[in-house]
Amino acid sequence: MHVPDGFFTAAVSVSTGVVAAAGVAVCLRGARRELDDRTAPMAGLVAAFIFAVQMLNFPVAAGTSGHLLGGALAAILVGPYTGVLCMAVVLLVQALFFADGGLTALGVNITLMGLVTVLVGWAVFRAVTRVARGKGAITVASFLAALLSVPASALAFTVLFWLGGTAPIDVASVAAAMGGVHVLIGIGEGLITAVTVGTVLAVRPDLVYGYRGLAPALVLRGAEGSVTVGDAPAPARSGGAGPFLLGGLGVTLILASVVSYFASSHPDGLEYVAEQQGFIDRATDHLLASWGLAEYGEVKGVPLWIVGIVGVGITLLIASGLAYAARRRATADT
Amino acid sequence: MGTHHQLYRPGDSVVHRLPPQCKLVAVFAFAIVVVATPRERMWAFGLYAVLLGVVAALARVPLPYILRRLVIEVPFVLFAFLIPVIGLGERTTVLGVSLSVPGLWAAWNILAKATLGVVASILLAATTEPRTLLLGAQRLRVPTLLVQIAMFMLRYMDVIVDEMRRMRVARESRGFEARNVRHIPVVARSAGALFIRSYERGERVHLAMLSRGYTGQLPVLQEMSASARQWLVAAALPAAAAAVLGIAL
Repeated sequence: MHVPDGFFTAAVSVSTGVVAAAGVAVCLRGARRELDDRTAPMAGLVAAFIFAVQMLNFPVAAGTSGHLLGGALAAILVGPYTGVLCMAVVLLVQALFFADGGLTALGVNITLMGLVTVLVGWAVFRAVTRVARGKGAITVASFLAALLSVPASALAFTVLFWLGGTAPIDVASVAAAMGGVHVLIGIGEGLITAVTVGTVLAVRPDLVYGYRGLAPALVLRGAEGSVTVGDAPAPARSGGAGPFLLGGLGVTLILASVVSYFASSHPDGLEYVAEQQGFIDRATDHLLASWGLAEYGEVKGVPLWIVGIVGVGITLLIASGLAYAARRRATADT
Repeated sequence: MGTHHQLYRPGDSVVHRLPPQCKLVAVFAFAIVVVATPRERMWAFGLYAVLLGVVAALARVPLPYILRRLVIEVPFVLFAFLIPVIGLGERTTVLGVSLSVPGLWAAWNILAKATLGVVASILLAATTEPRTLLLGAQRLRVPTLLVQIAMFMLRYMDVIVDEMRRMRVARESRGFEARNVRHIPVVARSAGALFIRSYERGERVHLAMLSRGYTGQLPVLQEMSASARQWLVAAALPAAAAAVLGIAL
């Protein structure tokens, strides 16, 4: 789901563009620390991998299928900075060479599918692996990270839509519908991410960035019974990306709302025409009338709300249950 | 599947010969003008479409080729059709279905602007060799490292996608088909294998580059400067669009 041109107002496009550029700039420096001079080939190959994996369709429920976003997967496998870079490059290449996603919406797409998914995914992953250690905890953490990153991205989309969308839709119902659907997609994303990370962990644990520092120290046992314990591997840098990205999201919201405010001091195009045609009074009357009607809520609002509440409830239940299970496993390990 | 085929069509037209940075700026400016156009001016969008048609004719990109590529839009077209049904505001009845009037405007807005944007991007990708398009982006001050990553991705994309396709053929030739949620682990294990192969290939590529004297910078062999005349030719599209916008406002 790449946002095309014309979906958001110019104000939102510009402000997300600024945030995306700043985020990518920070990650360019951070990725150099993660990969040194290997940045270009490694990030390039991982971006190609993300691109390929996004084409993997997996069944979700009852005949529908979804495809991977890959933000959380990239963050766990190669680290948050490189992950953002890979996602940004994938989106750039898709916009430039496949006409997938509008050029003016590139900032929106990078912010939503690059920054938000990687940030949320990595934050959740770190939070879980901090309380629980071991390979089982990594799998659980990957599942939760990917599961939550997808609805988070969808909700960020809704907030942007509320600030500067071009369609007159009740934000609460959009949020409910988007959240509900994306929790389902998130479960698929979580499953596939967890098993993928688990597979890599089984074959090449050294390649999983999120596992660095969590592996047990090397123990050498000599033939005559001497035991040498090696140094514990250095932990993965949690990095300063979190505060920056959170700040970035805040700045987006402020920028977008401020710019939208100034933009909307001109009468919006439709209002202008409505005034000219003389039907603006009727329109507002009707709007209020439809708000007052209980029937509207019954027909449209309630089902969407239920979907939303059920979706959020499922997420919270699964998340807390898994976090609890992970913690218990961790205490059993030690 | 099927959306990963590259759009580039080799050719030797006026549009093909323009330097990539000029085309990038032109398409970007055109998209901004389109997005800024008030949605009530339907005729303006018609004129924009005519402008793109002229560019397509100059570049000798056939219409069916563009139409086939428009498939990429489908998910958002579905969303656009949903807006009038769930939208707020004054409602009208079309063929017995109650639709929101502002919702219809919004759907038209998204459909028109998104389609024009996609067609402009298709024309850009169809007339510019991918590698030079990235070099053009580099000349427009896109960070070198980002351009390098994108180049590696572009170069190895087909290799990685082919590797995944071979794994899929191997799965399917053994009778596997992902039908429900329980089949996800099989697909995910292929993804894990694919990651390891991609990462190890990256390490090999890096070593090969080091052994050939890589210092962190890729040499640029083509000088891609653009003359003032070429900038003027490229500016024709956004300038014409801006003129239309000027009348529309």
